[in-house]
Amino acid sequence: MTGEKRAGAERKVILRTEGLTKHYGGVRALEDANFELLDGEHVAIVGDNGAGKSTFVRQITGVERPTSGKILFDGQEMDFQSPVDAREAGIEAVFQNLALADDLDVPSNIFLGREETYFNLGPFSFLNEKKMLQRSQEALEKTGVKIPNLHNAIANMSGGQRQCVAISRAASFASKLILMDEPTAALGVQETTQVENIIRGLKKRGIPLILVSHNLRQVFNLVDKIWVFRRGRIAGMLEADKTDGNEVVSLITGVQSGVHENASYI
Amino acid sequence: MANQAQAVSDSAAEMPQKRPRSHELNALLGLVGIALIFEILGWIFQGQSFLFNTQRLSIMILQVSVVGIIAIGVTQVIITGGIDLSSGSVVGATAMIAMSFAQVSTYPRAVYPELTDLPVIIPILIGLACGIVAGMINGLLIAFTKIPPFIATLGMMVTARGIAKWYTKGQPVSFPTDSFAALGQGMTPVFIFLAIVALFHVALKYTVYGKHTYAIGSNEQAARMSGINVERHLVLVYTIAGLLAGLAGMVIAARGLTAQAGMGIMYELDAIAMAVIGGVSLSGGRGSIIGTLIGAVIFGVIISGFTFLRLDAYYQEMIKGVIIVAAVVADVYRQRMRPRSR
Ligand SMILES: Nc1ncnc2c1ncn2[C@@H]1O[C@H](COP(=O)(O)OP(=O)(O)O)[C@@H](O)[C@H]1O
Ligand SMILES: [Mg+2]
Repeated sequence: MTGEKRAGAERKVILRTEGLTKHYGGVRALEDANFELLDGEHVAIVGDNGAGKSTFVRQITGVERPTSGKILFDGQEMDFQSPVDAREAGIEAVFQNLALADDLDVPSNIFLGREETYFNLGPFSFLNEKKMLQRSQEALEKTGVKIPNLHNAIANMSGGQRQCVAISRAASFASKLILMDEPTAALGVQETTQVENIIRGLKKRGIPLILVSHNLRQVFNLVDKIWVFRRGRIAGMLEADKTDGNEVVSLITGVQSGVHENASYI
Repeated sequence: MANQAQAVSDSAAEMPQKRPRSHELNALLGLVGIALIFEILGWIFQGQSFLFNTQRLSIMILQVSVVGIIAIGVTQVIITGGIDLSSGSVVGATAMIAMSFAQVSTYPRAVYPELTDLPVIIPILIGLACGIVAGMINGLLIAFTKIPPFIATLGMMVTARGIAKWYTKGQPVSFPTDSFAALGQGMTPVFIFLAIVALFHVALKYTVYGKHTYAIGSNEQAARMSGINVERHLVLVYTIAGLLAGLAGMVIAARGLTAQAGMGIMYELDAIAMAVIGGVSLSGGRGSIIGTLIGAVIFGVIISGFTFLRLDAYYQEMIKGVIIVAAVVADVYRQRMRPRSR
């Protein structure tokens, strides 16, 4: 586990933000964020509720457009107009509020917005259901997820299964970067383990990951670096194997002492 | 760890995977039941068969077909989570306008005396264009100004009816060419309806268009995040609904050989009722064209059944109302029964 963490210092930067800022009217949700992610690296973003974590994710994935600041992805400055632009650049995301269509089945959800078709008739192109089913099975297999009947509507599945579908979707399309916003927040212990295993699989495949999480145990188990957000600003970055829960918690809260390791974050 | 993951999926596999009976099958069973009830009542009160009467059945099927064309358009609108209250008025406006370009030269009081005996394709294209324009305005309002579909199409309902009345200052438009009249003669409306059913069954079930229609009704936010152009899709869906209402308007006018400003009043509600009876959920995301087809026949059987039993027309209206409310209540009940995590 520790072996792969020590990679060369000359790894290239896959994502960098310079002064990334997002205001919602008077709300300064994200302020002057300078963030950096190396190729193959897994990092966590932690912070209190309202610290700006989800806002950061939304700027990187093209869901929203930043108020100011730069996003450099894979060496190029990006100006994503929509999630589609980000996806085309190779960025996939699992959003905090599940972006799944409840009434559709698993393949339809995995391929939503980028359906496989037989021949191009614009919106009336015929769906290649067979290919989508087959590729969905492959995607789920790759992530180790087993779902009994892929043709069941997502609504009839457990929270864990749904989350695994969302993650498999991101994992099977992501070529350069995955962001996950609190992917295990609503899951039970076993389901959380399964999601963590998927994340380990991504690490092996060398796909960089930004994981937003409240669970410090999980963060320490999974990632190389921990970025701490506080009240819309990046409060600091800590290397996971050179820090401990106390230090992270005091960065999160901004209080230097007196915070016990077993505070609500563990 | 792999074992733990295994355990999760195993426990999931043990969950009962009972597939709920499809709404189509439920609706079909309902249809058979209702038809049998009328058959029995027929023998008791009228001393004759309800079902085995070719004339009654063909009248019923014709009526169902005309409103059914609208119901197909309304079905896809409802699946997106919307509603279209304008279709009845669009029927009226289209009937008037299309008919005015389909009149024979031998009729001295044609709306456009210099534009008579035109080839049939011209009134048809004009009629379809009327439907498209009305539907597109609905779609643009809903997609871009975020006016609720109920309000936007209510506005169109009033406006289109106004146009229908203003167009000839309330005068009916009559005497179409034989080729235009053919649209509504014999069983032609039924064939048109069945062709539309087949076309939209395929479009909703087997094409990207259908997938995105269901996705938007199921979770608009998810559809948008997944890169679906929700606005463009909604405009397309409402435009198609308008086009089908326009088509229905021409069929009705052709069938009656005349167009009147009051044509199609309340058809929007009949169409919505057909869809909801057929299992299309008013909260969006669920339903099918086949369901609506069955719902349309159920609706037709009930109306025709009460006529057969010589029930007063006022009671029929009330019963229609009850049916619509009952179908919606059943839909709400189905919603509650099912797990939904949003
Ligand atoms: N769409 C929005 N409009 C207005 N304020 C918002 C919006 N989204 C987030 N905020 C505000 O921005 C701040 C950061 O929110 P968020 O990024 O969701 O925090 P986190 O994910 O770290 O809990 C909060 O104060 C939140 O209320
Ligand atoms: Mg958040």
